[in-house]
Amino acid sequence: MSDTSTSPGLNGVNVEHLLGARSALGETPEAGHFKWRVTNQWLHGTHSASSVEGYFGLGGEHDHTSTFKFESDHPLVFAAEDNAATPVEIVLVGLASCLTAGVAAVAQVREIQLRSVKATVEGDMDIAGILGADPDVRNGFNNVRVAYDIDADATDDEIKALVAQSQKRSAVFDILTNPTNVTVEVN
Amino acid sequence: MQTTTVVVGAGHAGLATSHCLAAREIDHVVIERGEVAHSWRTERWQSLRLLTPNWQTRVPGLAYDGDDPDGFMAMAEVVAFIERYARLVATPLETATTVESLTRNGEGYEVATDRGVWRCATVIIASGACNVPRLPAAAAAQPPTVESVTPMDYVRPETLPDGGVLVVGASASGVQIADEVHRSGRPVTLAVAEHVRLPRTYRGKDILWWMDRIGLHDERYDEIDDIVRARRLPSPQLVGTPERITLDLNALTDRGVRLVGPLAGFSDGMAQFGGSLRNMCTLADLKQGRLLDTIDEWVTETGGDSQFEQPQRFAPTRVEESPPLALDLARSGIRTIIWATGYEADHSWVNLPVFDHKGRLLHDGGVVTGSPGLYRIGLNVLRRRKSSFIHGIEDDAHDLTDHLAGYVGAGDGG
Repeated sequence: MSDTSTSPGLNGVNVEHLLGARSALGETPEAGHFKWRVTNQWLHGTHSASSVEGYFGLGGEHDHTSTFKFESDHPLVFAAEDNAATPVEIVLVGLASCLTAGVAAVAQVREIQLRSVKATVEGDMDIAGILGADPDVRNGFNNVRVAYDIDADATDDEIKALVAQSQKRSAVFDILTNPTNVTVEVN
Repeated sequence: MQTTTVVVGAGHAGLATSHCLAAREIDHVVIERGEVAHSWRTERWQSLRLLTPNWQTRVPGLAYDGDDPDGFMAMAEVVAFIERYARLVATPLETATTVESLTRNGEGYEVATDRGVWRCATVIIASGACNVPRLPAAAAAQPPTVESVTPMDYVRPETLPDGGVLVVGASASGVQIADEVHRSGRPVTLAVAEHVRLPRTYRGKDILWWMDRIGLHDERYDEIDDIVRARRLPSPQLVGTPERITLDLNALTDRGVRLVGPLAGFSDGMAQFGGSLRNMCTLADLKQGRLLDTIDEWVTETGGDSQFEQPQRFAPTRVEESPPLALDLARSGIRTIIWATGYEADHSWVNLPVFDHKGRLLHDGGVVTGSPGLYRIGLNVLRRRKSSFIHGIEDDAHDLTDHLAGYVGAGDGG
């Protein structure tokens, strides 16, 4: 076991760095303004490819360690080619990844050793919305459920509190549960 | 006019401060825009009672001595208590005097009022924690067809239009107003964000008795993990009634109040709510559970298990399967929105560089940062968790007047 004073240890989240960043933001709040960026290229049919390269934050531009690629398509039941996950599944990937990262970070702060964290996510959707078949049905999810199976050195209530706190601080949970202004333009 | 210390505000905090200054023989004056206990007289709704039981209502030199220690004071009783305290302390008082600005004057301060200017070495701001309602940005987009009310101008249900009411915020103010408005025949929808759930009594004692007893109220501001959060926490869901009822969200649901998630905004006559209601309730349920665990552990450790009623746990907050994410205000008959979204202190008259980028006063437990001789008393969790309550003022007033005495080199304090 490595020395927790110099390395993350426990669950491998560098909480000291995050807490340091939080107090630094008190003095220079503008450093906290980030811009996350994705480019998306149509391939064929409903198949497209996205890449994530760089982002803006802490007052400057940054590159990821490599360019990350994501593909998306629609499934065979929609008469598409099913080359990749659907966009809505990728949204659920984002939610689960965000919540799980939060669980690990909160566990680190609370000095709880995690052994296994598994999330199962399910989103309900009535496709009458996207097909325009029923104007009273929304396009998006009408319910999203996340179920966590967590093995950790903690009581049941402590584990529930990890998951609750993770939701409270989750960007994607907030994005899904609250309206956001979205502007789409044509260059 | 000249004095050593100007105290701004003659509520319980200003008067307690005056009491402690007098004990240290520090020359001072208390300036009050209205009369003693002005906010309690003019800015509270009709049925409001203190959250704290009478036995807990004490200030340095005066404690409740009536025959109903477990009761809760109505506003007229609070005003009478504070008036009695003012007579006891015999505070040098300038009433009907509004402070217009506070500026630096050499090593000291200049306090400009509508009835003249005071020059002094030190100032203690005791002008209350709840001077102006804190409205979320969304409030600006509220449809004009709906009446907008804050707890500061709310009087009683009958002064509201007939029809439905959306109460935003599940603090003490929010749940109390939601309850009485719903009972008046105006169906209430309650938008619930982060909140603090507490039972009125536990194991036969008032929950605030326990919080005193286990030392929680004495926890100091510099020992609290996230003091910014602690100071912003909504007031606990408590109400002072003779029956000592618990007024949590389940109690409101039982009476027919409908719960929705945090108010997110308005769009095309629709109020939109966040989908985090379940988590808001889970957070509050877990936190209440941890408090009750702490109380039970304390009882066991101190060998008192036989002295108190048996431990119990309360049912989790019930949330309907799919709470609405939007409500058409007109179609659902909502005529009024009550913004129980908190209050802020008004420091707009403090013309000194003592605020952060969000306009919050910078201070270390009431000792204002970067402005020697300036103090603040009577804010939530100022120096201890109990600072938010009337009985918390005593220790804070002692601490801050000690510090002040050291600064002006007077008395034997500190």
